Amino acid sequence: MERLTPQAIIDSFKKELGDGFVGGSVYEREVGVKKNTFRSLWVEVKKSAFRDAVEHICHLQEYPHLAIISSSDLGSEVELIYHFTIYYGYHLEELSLGLRVKLPKSDLKIPTITDFIPGAIFTERETQEMMGVEVVGIPDSRRLFLPEDFPEGAYPWRKDEKGPPKDMLRVLPGREPK
Amino acid sequence: MIQEETKKATYTIPVGPIHPALKEPVRLALTVDGEEIVDADVFVGQVHRGIEWLGMNRNNPIQSIYLAERICGICNICHPFSFVMAVEHAAGITPPPRAEYIRAITAEMERIHSHLLWAGVAAHEIGFDTVFYRTWQVREEIMDLIEYVTGNRVTKAMFQIGGVRRDITEEQYPRIRQSLDYYKNIFDHLKKVFLEDKTIQMRTRNVGVLTKEDALKLLTCGPSGRASGVPKDVRQDQPYGAYADMDIVAMTPDMVTGTVVGDVYDRIIVRLLEVKQAVEIIEECLEKMPPGPLLAQPKTAVLLKTLTKAEGEGVGRAEAPRGEVVHYVRMESGQSTLATWKVRAPTYVNLMCVPTILKGMQIADVPITFASLDPCMSCTNRVVVTDRAADRKSVIDYEELHRLSVEKTRELAS
Repeated sequence: MERLTPQAIIDSFKKELGDGFVGGSVYEREVGVKKNTFRSLWVEVKKSAFRDAVEHICHLQEYPHLAIISSSDLGSEVELIYHFTIYYGYHLEELSLGLRVKLPKSDLKIPTITDFIPGAIFTERETQEMMGVEVVGIPDSRRLFLPEDFPEGAYPWRKDEKGPPKDMLRVLPGREPK
Repeated sequence: MIQEETKKATYTIPVGPIHPALKEPVRLALTVDGEEIVDADVFVGQVHRGIEWLGMNRNNPIQSIYLAERICGICNICHPFSFVMAVEHAAGITPPPRAEYIRAITAEMERIHSHLLWAGVAAHEIGFDTVFYRTWQVREEIMDLIEYVTGNRVTKAMFQIGGVRRDITEEQYPRIRQSLDYYKNIFDHLKKVFLEDKTIQMRTRNVGVLTKEDALKLLTCGPSGRASGVPKDVRQDQPYGAYADMDIVAMTPDMVTGTVVGDVYDRIIVRLLEVKQAVEIIEECLEKMPPGPLLAQPKTAVLLKTLTKAEGEGVGRAEAPRGEVVHYVRMESGQSTLATWKVRAPTYVNLMCVPTILKGMQIADVPITFASLDPCMSCTNRVVVTDRAADRKSVIDYEELHRLSVEKTRELAS
């Protein structure tokens, strides 16, 4: 498969997704004594275009590697970043691609991508239990890390009232929980 | 249906006796038909300690380096390595080149000790304890070297945001070279022991096969992925630090045998090749190490102030002995803790192929097949076996499983 430059990849997202494309940027820095370039890409899309964006990544690379989904509680919304890597297997050719999508707290739902990438299942299960984002169509919705007796409706990574209950937090004697 | 069974099985977790050779607890639920495994499920989370939560709610980023070191007892270089890279990336700090080389040297030392540790465990799993003792004896050399260079055998505390905390000086070179020569001389011996022994071949050839396509779909990384023919290695693909100055090639089993099978035997080949490669990388680093400072900002208080003001996000990726470690951090100005910290250890993705590689195997093959992934939670001290034909459930503990495996080796060898 032909390998595109980082800027061309962003342009291809823009063309493919139209209105669903929110923004994209290329991050570059020099590494080592020889000053080779370390490149990574950040692409933000609207929730409606999310699955199309993942499908587009599957066209760029036959089996994209999904490292992890990271999620941040930004107050009124939750930001998910799907950390992909593409063009692996060649010296200095690989690119990290962070696909960013923001969800309003009133509608915390994201479609599954396990039909494109079966190995996304663990990280989708983790996002579901830790952040309280419902993954629609997930083939296996059991908890991954949290024990069975962890209260329903509490999500450890949330920073609002849905975070872990205060009485669960143990602190050193003489200190207050933050 | 399997879902139903596993739900019941969840209530049978007793945290079992912990075997000294294994590290952390993980539970497998196997559905068997007689001796053959027809399905498997993995349960993780028994040792979830909420480390990311502490980094987001309690610790400042410098304190979190020490927390990152304690994510894993073996990978205590690659976790802080990836973590400091992510923070440097977010805060716009560039470590001096000498520090990059020292980081790479310690990371490669860790790879040697981790792979040898694994090789010993693998030999033990098939009941070949003489090889287990021999391998761990060989491993002592690198442990001594690690202690000599960093001052510690286990948690080395070498990393700081923007550099390293200890230097490797010219006077230390002869002692380091002595250990490297030891490994170069012993490599052929190790290769003979592991690759030419008939019993090891019988227990590992065509056992736990993972095809290239499955490895790609299930995101298997590190030596387990490379043994299936996926030439993915961060040091080669997107090199960081000193690795960017070297031409590193991902090791695949066809370099020795000419073919890729993707079984346990191939995973042994890849790890042996990587021990040799690590020795060569350390030598290259010693030769090319540039002079200069060790830290971008030697004053911790000033560094902490910069980090509190920093705003941005960063990703750190490092090739750990088991595969790719990814750390993502997000920093917000004025906040002393990290806003988001997400850690992805290689075992996280490597566990997803467990059902695939166990299907069709016998119960006695479980220890070696599961251990061949070098899972960071390789303590299969409780395995729930459901016999579909007899419709009964029983819990096999680690000792029983190990006994079955040893018996199989004896039968094959006699």
